[in-house]
Amino acid sequence: MILIWMIGILLAGGILCWLAAQWFPVLAKWIALLTVIADMALACTFFVVYKTFPHSDNSWFIDYQVNWIPSLGISLHLALDGLSIVLLLLTFFLGILAVLCSWNEIKEKTGFYFFNLLWTLAGISGVFVAMDLFLFYFCWEIMLVPMYFLIIIWGDTNRRYAAYKFFIFTQAGSLFLLLAILALYFIHGQQTNNYTFDYFSLLKTVLEPTTEKWIMLGFLIAFVIKLPMIPFHNWLPDAHSEAPTAGSLILAGLLLKTGAYGILRFVLPMFPEAAASIAWWAMLLGVIGIVYGALLAFAQTDLKRLIAYTSVSHMGFVLVGIFSFNEIAMQGVVMQILTHGISTGALFVMAGMLKERLHTRDITKMGGLWTSMPAMGGVAILFTMASSGLPLLGNFIAEFFILLGTFNINTTLSVIASVGLVLSALYSLRMMQQVFMGQPATTTTVKDISARELIIMVALSISIVALGLYPQPVMDTVQHLSFTIHPLLHE
Amino acid sequence: MQQYLYLIPALPLAGFLALSLAGRRLSANLIAGIGAGSICITAVITILLGIQFLQSPPETGVWQQTLWQWFHISNLSVDISLRVDALSLAFIFIITFIGALIHIYSIAFMRHDRDYARFFASMNLFVCAMLILVMANNLVLLYLGWEGVGLCSYLLIGFWYETPANYKAANKAFVITRIGDTAMIIGLFLLFKELGTLNIADILHLAPEHFATSATGISLIALLLLAGGMGKSAQVPLHTWLPDAMAGPSPVSALIHAATMVTAGVYLIARMHTIFELSPLAMQVTAIIGAITLFTAGCSAMVQTDIKRILAYSTISQIGYMFLALGIGAWSAAIFHFFIHAFFKALLFLAAGAVIESLHHEHNIFKMGGLKNKMPVIYWTFVAGAAALAALPLVTAGFFSKDQILWYAWSAGNGHPVLWAVALCGAFITAFYSTRLIVVVFWGEMKTSISHLPPKTMTIPLIILAFFSITAGWIEWPHNLLHLSLFSEHIQHVLPATILQTHLHGEIFFQLIAAIITLTGIYTGYLLYHLQPEVILQWKQRSALVEIREFFFSGWKFDQLYNNIIVKPFQFITSTNKSDAFDKIYNGIASANLHLNQLFSISQNGSLRWYVVGVLIGILFIITLQLLL
Repeated sequence: MILIWMIGILLAGGILCWLAAQWFPVLAKWIALLTVIADMALACTFFVVYKTFPHSDNSWFIDYQVNWIPSLGISLHLALDGLSIVLLLLTFFLGILAVLCSWNEIKEKTGFYFFNLLWTLAGISGVFVAMDLFLFYFCWEIMLVPMYFLIIIWGDTNRRYAAYKFFIFTQAGSLFLLLAILALYFIHGQQTNNYTFDYFSLLKTVLEPTTEKWIMLGFLIAFVIKLPMIPFHNWLPDAHSEAPTAGSLILAGLLLKTGAYGILRFVLPMFPEAAASIAWWAMLLGVIGIVYGALLAFAQTDLKRLIAYTSVSHMGFVLVGIFSFNEIAMQGVVMQILTHGISTGALFVMAGMLKERLHTRDITKMGGLWTSMPAMGGVAILFTMASSGLPLLGNFIAEFFILLGTFNINTTLSVIASVGLVLSALYSLRMMQQVFMGQPATTTTVKDISARELIIMVALSISIVALGLYPQPVMDTVQHLSFTIHPLLHE
Repeated sequence: MQQYLYLIPALPLAGFLALSLAGRRLSANLIAGIGAGSICITAVITILLGIQFLQSPPETGVWQQTLWQWFHISNLSVDISLRVDALSLAFIFIITFIGALIHIYSIAFMRHDRDYARFFASMNLFVCAMLILVMANNLVLLYLGWEGVGLCSYLLIGFWYETPANYKAANKAFVITRIGDTAMIIGLFLLFKELGTLNIADILHLAPEHFATSATGISLIALLLLAGGMGKSAQVPLHTWLPDAMAGPSPVSALIHAATMVTAGVYLIARMHTIFELSPLAMQVTAIIGAITLFTAGCSAMVQTDIKRILAYSTISQIGYMFLALGIGAWSAAIFHFFIHAFFKALLFLAAGAVIESLHHEHNIFKMGGLKNKMPVIYWTFVAGAAALAALPLVTAGFFSKDQILWYAWSAGNGHPVLWAVALCGAFITAFYSTRLIVVVFWGEMKTSISHLPPKTMTIPLIILAFFSITAGWIEWPHNLLHLSLFSEHIQHVLPATILQTHLHGEIFFQLIAAIITLTGIYTGYLLYHLQPEVILQWKQRSALVEIREFFFSGWKFDQLYNNIIVKPFQFITSTNKSDAFDKIYNGIASANLHLNQLFSISQNGSLRWYVVGVLIGILFIITLQLLL
């Protein structure tokens, strides 16, 4: 029941924002902030209680089910395990920051803006807890549409193109997902005469190898477009660079993660053999993504586009890690999901702050900003270093685990992926150099970060360092992951 | 005492945190107090712990302190855990003691810089990272320190970030060392795959047995670790970052070249000595790389005109000696040379910094001169440092450390006459350019006026370092002269003793040859730059010699080579594909759809005649189809 509340709070908060803004536009952001903080408190409670929960045989900590459309076998089935908890924590953490960084940026239609923001968050948190495939698909779409509005209404100059592209790419993936879900639904129904969308029932479906492969591909394609995997990554640079700051933060920090989550939750447990059969190709594409994304990031002159391509590179690690079916790499994947969300989110927030001040995203028009913004420069060093995988920061743990785990499975690919460490240094340093070093490009003084911005940055900095120095709590929480993918682990 | 180990890296870290978070609000005195104070206290603690360690050594030879468990999954368990033995103690001592002197010197040197706090914050972090590197009990923590050192060198080389040359040098240092680091981390993966642990003590314990039966992987592992060491320690071919790294403030150069960073590679190889001993190939490669490096860098040092660049090349060359020593299995000789080198190289950089500062930031040695009487303290300390660098026999510490390496280069188990000959050549070159430095910078007539003399806080560290540059060698004498080898006895608790070839005798002859070569080098420098400077003028007429000089001056054209085969192609590829080739495919699909749309929308033109014709054609088509079938 509490999970319904969790999503309900967001949905209701969104509507409330919209309504309140009709009379008091200032109220909207406060309502939004309180809503997300309430959910964050909820997620923290889950995390604390889960620690004491004896999860030796059953990793499902909360399991809630009521009928929704019983004639079609659709129910409101929400459940929570360690993976979901970790992802919910990330969702609400970044959610709070997204509200905070929209504080002054959004001046028009604030009510509708926060409505969309909260509904996207609701969709995302729904995706992380839905255990009914129909409901999952429903949430999958809910997070998409408000995001589309965020880009097309509050985006930058080229926002229409970006929004269309984002919508068409992800919608095309969703179509395959829907077809695959329906196919699974009917096959399972025919076999057992029990037509249901329930995840746990469908998990037991027995499939012909060929059918399994096709259905698996249907799921996979939707998820790898979101992830994104080469060559389906093209929506990302446009959407990220045109979206408003909070939009970029949520896209990079959360939306991409739903793809990784989908693979972990659905593709691997439901279609283990089919997943294993394409593992090598998936890893290859992941490695290509790491290198290709990094090469493109190096060439960009648009700051947000540059960061967007680093996402392509970093999410390549996720794909490699998942399909190595190795326990260490799998932990690395979860760490990468979290740390990439935080570090790339931070970089996008920073790009937003710079844009607010300089009115450009072009790094060739920046330079020497360290002098007038020493605090921002310090934070920038921290997060560019996080992005280039410096130990002490969370991203290192993630990439180290993934590479170490993969090394035993496929040495060649792991070694090529390691080249990504050198390439990440190249693009990170170039970004730092162009923006903060050299002679100041403008004579006008630029203000250093304000108190509100400092709160955002401090929160992000602390969390990335904490994850780097003491990742064990997260790893304990998702320990069970290795059991859910058990059949694959020991091949 | 071992419960206080954590203080050694923690104090510099605390200094860094205080300065980086609150630095801009603190007064200059307070910044200096925190920045230099934290390192000085660390140095005192280290000395106290060191005395304790030497007086009552622990039974296992190791002090260990686990702070917390970093992570553990399946069979991988890594702690944040510190470990001190004889080897790391020598490194910790150098890092903190010399680090402290450099920090004291910096108080005055950097006084008027705008970013006083940022400077001390980065310096403290540098020391902290290096301490973690040498105190780590597992390779992951070592890698943390290793990368931390890389980050700090980046921050400090590019400290004056407004000048393009500086941030380019910083980027170069970071990227080139990162290449080595990546090789090293692959080595770590391989070690973990083979041995299932990353704990240093366990690796050294398990390796001999494990690789006795399967010797395949060990050379690869050793070579990958070596590549990591080559990056950080600036060995050919990953050495090109170090000459540019002098773009940072002089105390930074002193810290990088003496106490931190470049010695990391030496430490890594010494630490993992068992792995290297198991692979004769890797040992040979190490020795050969050392020999090549000491020679090539020495040649470049001979012809440089920038005082800091000369010193930078001399560092590469001296680290080359250390690698040579490591490669031939003269473990303690390598560490001893590191130990001595730290004193005189820190001294030389700090003294050079004082000279540059006093001469309105003049770097070119040929625009200096005549400083002997004007800056006597700097002069005499610099002479002490340069003499130690040249390895002036018996009176300087450099002699005792370098003489050992020269002797072992032939006589040690893995030694070879060619290695010895190259090392001897290097000794001549070193003596020559050391003399050249003294003569050109301090003698002759003045070419640039002195703006101000360095204050006491700068000269006192110089005097202390000069004292050690002369005397530190006396703790380790050649066996045939005096039976006093405190250092190698200490180090041999950890590192194996050097095995000598049995048939070789007459160490005294080798010593005499080395001494004569050194003195010849010094005399040649004195001759060419003081007695008969016209000889060099004559040489400058000869085009072949000028070309050779040019070749050495550019550092054997390594930069140009890398530029042409790596940097330019890379830039070309990335800039060509800036707009992402895949985007063309999708835009192609989109525009194809648009064209189709335009094509079909011709039919949707609102004209009734068109529609009627369409309907008729359709009917006809269906009827013919039916008739045909």
